[in-house]
Amino acid sequence: MFIKQLSVFIENREGRLEEVLQALKDSAVNIVSLSLADTCEYGLLRLLVTNPEAGQEALKGAGFSAMLTNVLAIRLSHQVGKLQELLQAICGENINIEYMYALSTGKDDASIVLKASDLRKAADALAAKGVEIVTSEEIQAM
Amino acid sequence: MIWSKEETLTRQEIEEIQLTRLKETVNRVWEKVPAYRKKMEEAGVRPEHIETLRDLAKLPFITKQDMRDNYPFGLFAVPKEELVRIHASSGTTGKPTVVGYTRRDLAMWTECVSRIAVMGGAAKEDVAQICFGYGMFTGALGLHYGLENIGATMVPSSTGNSEKQIMYMKDFGTTLLVATPSYALRLAEVAYQMGIDPKKDLQVKIGLVGSELLTEAMRAEMHKLWGDDMLVTSNYGMSELMGPGVSGECRYMDGMHINEDYFIPEIIDPKTGEVLPPGEKGELVITCIYKEGLPLIRYRTKDVTRLIYEPCKCGRTTCRMENLDGRTDDMLKIRGVNVFPSQIEEVILGVEEIGPHYEIILTRKDHTDRMEIRVELLKATDSYRELEAVEKKIKSRLRVMLGLDARISLESPNTLQRFEGKAKRVRDLREGI
Repeated sequence: MFIKQLSVFIENREGRLEEVLQALKDSAVNIVSLSLADTCEYGLLRLLVTNPEAGQEALKGAGFSAMLTNVLAIRLSHQVGKLQELLQAICGENINIEYMYALSTGKDDASIVLKASDLRKAADALAAKGVEIVTSEEIQAM
Repeated sequence: MIWSKEETLTRQEIEEIQLTRLKETVNRVWEKVPAYRKKMEEAGVRPEHIETLRDLAKLPFITKQDMRDNYPFGLFAVPKEELVRIHASSGTTGKPTVVGYTRRDLAMWTECVSRIAVMGGAAKEDVAQICFGYGMFTGALGLHYGLENIGATMVPSSTGNSEKQIMYMKDFGTTLLVATPSYALRLAEVAYQMGIDPKKDLQVKIGLVGSELLTEAMRAEMHKLWGDDMLVTSNYGMSELMGPGVSGECRYMDGMHINEDYFIPEIIDPKTGEVLPPGEKGELVITCIYKEGLPLIRYRTKDVTRLIYEPCKCGRTTCRMENLDGRTDDMLKIRGVNVFPSQIEEVILGVEEIGPHYEIILTRKDHTDRMEIRVELLKATDSYRELEAVEKKIKSRLRVMLGLDARISLESPNTLQRFEGKAKRVRDLREGI
């Protein structure tokens, strides 16, 4: 049910992001979605890729500090208020959302990736609402 | 095992040897080295004034500046044809300092290094790999001849090509490693990158490290990477005095035993030049009493230590010098606070999320010193909060240690420069006021 996200530490320096992408390209790992915040000294690049394990190996080999983190990917329909409903379900359970970003599935939906303080509980709350969860097999095929 | 009987003499026996040799040396430089005679005349002292060891304090100091002023051979006490070897310091600031050895000097050097190698656990059965740069630098050849003399199998691999160094270690069954502490850590890092675990796949059980400070935190880091059962000892010397072999640690690691039949140590107040009583901390001053080529008298080492005269558990009776805090000329003055880079190193090695390599960058803005410390993040994370916590941890420990604030820059593993010789960890970019 969870998806393995690749998290990479990068210094805020010219060319660093490009080096990450080069390493992934060299090992034929495709990027499905990513998130990078605008920070001062350094940033955490978060990626959904077709083969997270291979991606992590490639980045470690290139001297990056990289790890795999479990996240939830959720398929939402493209309608006003859908995301709010979903968050209501999660917040009602006293679960904290740590971060979220958009996931492009290539279809007409508005999917998102999210990391919560208690991922299992968040998944259960969403399942109870009948929310569709994107599987890692689907990500791999993207 | 103890290499020579001179290491277990009584205090009286040591002092008799020292006095005889000191008188000979003072007489010789008075006769042969005009620069020395001039310095002694200016200080109002003649060879016959040296009647006891206490009279050593009457003699003028020699500093690195004196060596530069007399570049290259002005302080030598033998004609050039008596020399069989010349070494020189790197001379990063100005002219290098040049040192020369007669045949007897080389024999003495070999003897001194054999003693400190045996102190550090070396024996005939060892395969000793020297990862110091061979050349004008005294470290490599000094350790080489001393270890060869005790019968060890020498692997003179020098510095560079770290992968090949690890291959030699594995294929030749290296048991003893000679390197700077920082290069020893680097070599372990390279081994891990090659898929070789130094603890299991290599047989290195002795580390004789020198040319850089070995702090206790660095020693712990060596054990972490090379194995708990590795005997890591530091040894001390400098090219002006001979090279490595002035003193070294035994397995009890409670100070470095000085080869007192060849060197007389004193501790002085670096400001006044006054000799301090035994046990007090100050600048180490060394007099060479058996050298022919370049017998420096009262050489100011700029190293800060204290002397221990109590006999050691190892059975040696020679005086020990405490492991160094730092050199007076390595000391940084940051916002008026005296800081030794080794203090910063201790903090960094105590934080497990980061690696042992670091760089200190000093700048000045608006008349205020700023310190930035670059470190490598080893622990992968997905949380900004965790990154901030690492920064905060380093900052607050530095504040406790130094009373100073620093900016911490986290970097990816393997981004900071690695050093094969002496590590250069400080960049002082402060200009003006």
